[in-house]
Amino acid sequence: MQKKRIVLNYPQHLVDQPVLSKLVKDYDLVVNIMRARITPKEEGRLVLELTGKRAGMEAGLKYLSEIGVQTQSLAQDVKWHEDRCTHCTACISVCPMKALDVQRTNMEVSFKRDKCIACELCIPVCPYQAMEILF
Amino acid sequence: MAKTIEEINDKIKKGKAVVLTAEEIIGYAAEKGAKKAAQEVDVVTTGTFGPMCSSGAYFNVGHTKPRIKLGGGKTYLNDVPVYTGLAAVDFFLGATAMPDDDPRNRIYPGKFAYGGAYVIEELVAGKDVRLTATAYGTDCYPRKTLETYISLKDMNEAVLFNIRNAYQNYNVAVNLSDRMIYTYMGVLQPKMGNANYCNAGQLSPLMNDPFYKTIGIGTRIFLGGGIGYVVGNGTQHNPDVKRTEGGIPKVTAGTLAVKGDLKMMSPKWLRGTSFTGYGVTLTVGIGVPIPVLNEEILRYTTVRDEEILAQVVDYSDSYPQCNPGSLGEANYRQLKSGRITVQGKEIPTAGLSSYLKAREVAQTLKEWIEAGKFFLTRPVELLPSVDSGVVLKTLKERPIKKI
Ligand code: SF4
Ligand code: SF4
Repeated sequence: MQKKRIVLNYPQHLVDQPVLSKLVKDYDLVVNIMRARITPKEEGRLVLELTGKRAGMEAGLKYLSEIGVQTQSLAQDVKWHEDRCTHCTACISVCPMKALDVQRTNMEVSFKRDKCIACELCIPVCPYQAMEILF
Repeated sequence: MAKTIEEINDKIKKGKAVVLTAEEIIGYAAEKGAKKAAQEVDVVTTGTFGPMCSSGAYFNVGHTKPRIKLGGGKTYLNDVPVYTGLAAVDFFLGATAMPDDDPRNRIYPGKFAYGGAYVIEELVAGKDVRLTATAYGTDCYPRKTLETYISLKDMNEAVLFNIRNAYQNYNVAVNLSDRMIYTYMGVLQPKMGNANYCNAGQLSPLMNDPFYKTIGIGTRIFLGGGIGYVVGNGTQHNPDVKRTEGGIPKVTAGTLAVKGDLKMMSPKWLRGTSFTGYGVTLTVGIGVPIPVLNEEILRYTTVRDEEILAQVVDYSDSYPQCNPGSLGEANYRQLKSGRITVQGKEIPTAGLSSYLKAREVAQTLKEWIEAGKFFLTRPVELLPSVDSGVVLKTLKERPIKKI
């Protein structure tokens, strides 16, 4: 079994197509929608967590690219500006995934991209504008 | 054997001074004993890097040709209004000032993305800012408008002047209500979902000299990455409060007023800061050297996080209503562990003041002293202490008579 967090960019003409149900039915993937948004240009933006067998995952992603849905890994959309981070730890108690975490021995904060689900809870909490999410 | 500031400075000059940070001295004194440590160690360096709203800077931008009198008119730096109730080309910029057209919290909860503190950070980074002004024009200062770029190096004086910084201890903020609240202590989750604290604990300057036996007017300090001076007690300085056996205040107590040449400072240690739903503030790096003049002073510098207690205060009601009352106490070791227990409930904690950066301030100051670049000063007067009779008052409102 594999797990992948990806961002989908839907062009306007696909917004009303049953893309996700195809991922479930034809490629045997478990689809968990973490965030969804329609941009002002009527394009869809989705953050998905896909779980399934490797073959199904590969075929599913291939299907998406063939119908014109762009995918990218979630990591690219979340930025921790290390130079702006003061290691204040204000974000630590709100990050549900421990993507932002602190080493208690020296109080150094770190960001683990692969744990982040782009939930944006840290955005209003960080006083130093160190977190940026381009979604 | 007691030492004097002059003896310590002599050692600094010869490169022989023994300097430890407020963190390092703890283990050192535990191993050597207080008496021996007091003989061997000359200076203990402290540090803090936290949001301090009562910060600002004054400037003299030089006379224009023809002349303009900014005093009494309106002047802005990058659209942030400055205080011009002074002479022709002097003005004061406060850290929390915001552009007139900033929506504040009209768009809930309010981002407060820009303000005076950011202008200070940009100036210190060497950037150009827009200076715009309107004035009423006089015979001797005829000009009525001004629009120009300006940077720190164009100015005559640029001085950071913070009327209250480096609070000795601070509240731990929680929220007892059932809605999220946005405060200067950060975003507080309902029903005590989190607790925020804001002090460097054992590294914090005034925790290491709790009765102000070495710190006073004229104490040379690390300020914003450059050199600054303590100019007196900060506003709301309140020395006569409940203290632990070791002398550490259990509530907010002493404060410092500080100044320093902005041109020598660094944007790394003066950071514009935005509290969602509250406002803009400046995060300031401050480090105070404590001269180890005798064993008593050394003992104060060995204070540990677990010996420093702070009060847990409800920011949904008791703080805004100015009602006294604490929900409990927590020490800084517990606060830094990430969890405290308040009235039987375990709650996650988070800091607003950076302990990692506080350590870096103390370390930097230590290196400056070791390198013979920074000498200690003898204050001309110490800060008012517990026996000074200073009391902190709240405002007693008296209705204004309508005639
Ligand atoms: S977006 Fe969410 S998961 Fe990612 S770092 Fe911020 S709080 Fe954590
Ligand atoms: S709240 Fe912002 S500045 Fe503070 S530790 Fe988290 S990311 Fe860094």
